Amino acid sequence: MACVDAPSLRASVGALTTPGFLHDPAASVRYTDLANGTSLGGRLVELAGRSVLLATGGQLTSALALIELDGVARWIVILPPDVERAHLPAIAAAAGIDAIATDAESDIGAMLDVAVRVIVEPRIVTAQPDALPALATEWVMLTSGTTGVPKLVVHSFTGLAAAIRARSPADGVAVWATFYDIRRYGGLQMLLRAVLGGASLVLSSASEPVAAHLARLKAHNISHLAGTPTHWRHALTSPAIHTIAPRYVRLSGEIADQAILDALRATFPQAAIGHAYASTEAGVAFDVNDGRAGFPATYVGAVRDGVEMKVVDGTMRIRSPRMAARYAGSDHALAGADGFVDTGDIVELRGDRYYFAGRHGGIINIGGLKVHPEEVEAVINRHPSVRMSLVRRRQSPVTGSVVVADVVLKADTHAGNGREIALKDDILKFCHAELPRHKVPAAISFVAALNVAATGKLLRR
Amino acid sequence: MSVKLTIIEQMERIGREHGKILPPLKEDLVLADCGLDSLGFAVLVARLEDTLGVDPFTAAEDAVFPVTLGEFVEVYEHGMR
Repeated sequence: MACVDAPSLRASVGALTTPGFLHDPAASVRYTDLANGTSLGGRLVELAGRSVLLATGGQLTSALALIELDGVARWIVILPPDVERAHLPAIAAAAGIDAIATDAESDIGAMLDVAVRVIVEPRIVTAQPDALPALATEWVMLTSGTTGVPKLVVHSFTGLAAAIRARSPADGVAVWATFYDIRRYGGLQMLLRAVLGGASLVLSSASEPVAAHLARLKAHNISHLAGTPTHWRHALTSPAIHTIAPRYVRLSGEIADQAILDALRATFPQAAIGHAYASTEAGVAFDVNDGRAGFPATYVGAVRDGVEMKVVDGTMRIRSPRMAARYAGSDHALAGADGFVDTGDIVELRGDRYYFAGRHGGIINIGGLKVHPEEVEAVINRHPSVRMSLVRRRQSPVTGSVVVADVVLKADTHAGNGREIALKDDILKFCHAELPRHKVPAAISFVAALNVAATGKLLRR
Repeated sequence: MSVKLTIIEQMERIGREHGKILPPLKEDLVLADCGLDSLGFAVLVARLEDTLGVDPFTAAEDAVFPVTLGEFVEVYEHGMR
């Protein structure tokens, strides 16, 4: 595979011959101007060699600062928007933060005591770049665990960019877009894909309704669009989904079940549809482009693009040049003694293919039998009236645990009056045909929406 | 629909779903002989919580498990008062 040869992000932006833009709801900025410009008020020199906490309110300012800081800062610690403020001191201590880059939308800059505070503007001012010593900047991403202080995952820029193929002119003009926030691993991959390829990127915005977001995607004539299966299921509920025509549709971050792959195929008959497996720790492991859920069994045990996979005790392990180097501020080992990262993702071999069954630790115990919520959701989601579902445990102290499901119906499904009971029965019948009875939900509730984390993944409690 | 009829209907339904043939569901039927196993009962209690809005076994201060179907119905009737 031809990888992008990128000594630093800014250097590769400087080598681009066509203009590339970053679009957010408020502004469009030609990021290629950073080759001879600044978003940091010309104060990049003050951040040289420092451990910089990138704590902006918006994604656009984070993206601009990343391009400028790479190769200059010692560390860039990328703060996602949903990190609890109470964890900031621990994060700053673990990363040895001695500078903050923030913007007008964020109040975090004032919360920590650091030597240097720089404001990132959502625009670029022409400036001759300072001659600064080139550093191999390390990028620090935060894990999205639901409890405790997030782990700080240290990546090299080379590792982050290793899964990105060099583009050829035959690929045509690309305009990338993503439902992700670029301050998480999945979204950052999309930013790097766009910037290293000289393409434009349409950024998401947490406060923006789906219809307005899709209208922006249409206005920018996007060609590549990426999100989690949950992002996509939400987008598919909007009639505006039919106004965009991406050439490439990508899913990652959660299990891409056959129902969502088929729904996307029906909605975008001309598009290439791929689902990718990646994690903040293990990096991008592989893409699957045949339109089917799971991945070929031949991926396991082989070395593909430098990535090795094995299955131990039913969970997937990955060793790869794209994986993170280490955790910062922790003795916890990122990988085992054999160099493999335990992803905690459980896979099952059926025929010539592995399928994701769920998360280690997410298992529900029903009378001593294991149930992965995700496998039940995959069945429910195949029902023609269902858009998405969440399966969870309901406990009764006397009778024990059962599986119950919250279900979001498709927009055109009418579940009023007597129809609701008939539809629940039909979904249950559907489950009984596919699953052993301890995995069939004891009860189904129709809900208007499911809780989604800032990462775009279903919130499981 | 009465509490009793709701319970009997749900039991028959779960019996069908679990591929069990239930005996006639009379008040003096011993629950242990009704054909539903522990999972069947767990599902029944969860379904009844949705249809009747109460799980009397969780709400009760001391866990007394009824022996007959009639007693089971009484627990629900009491729990809904």
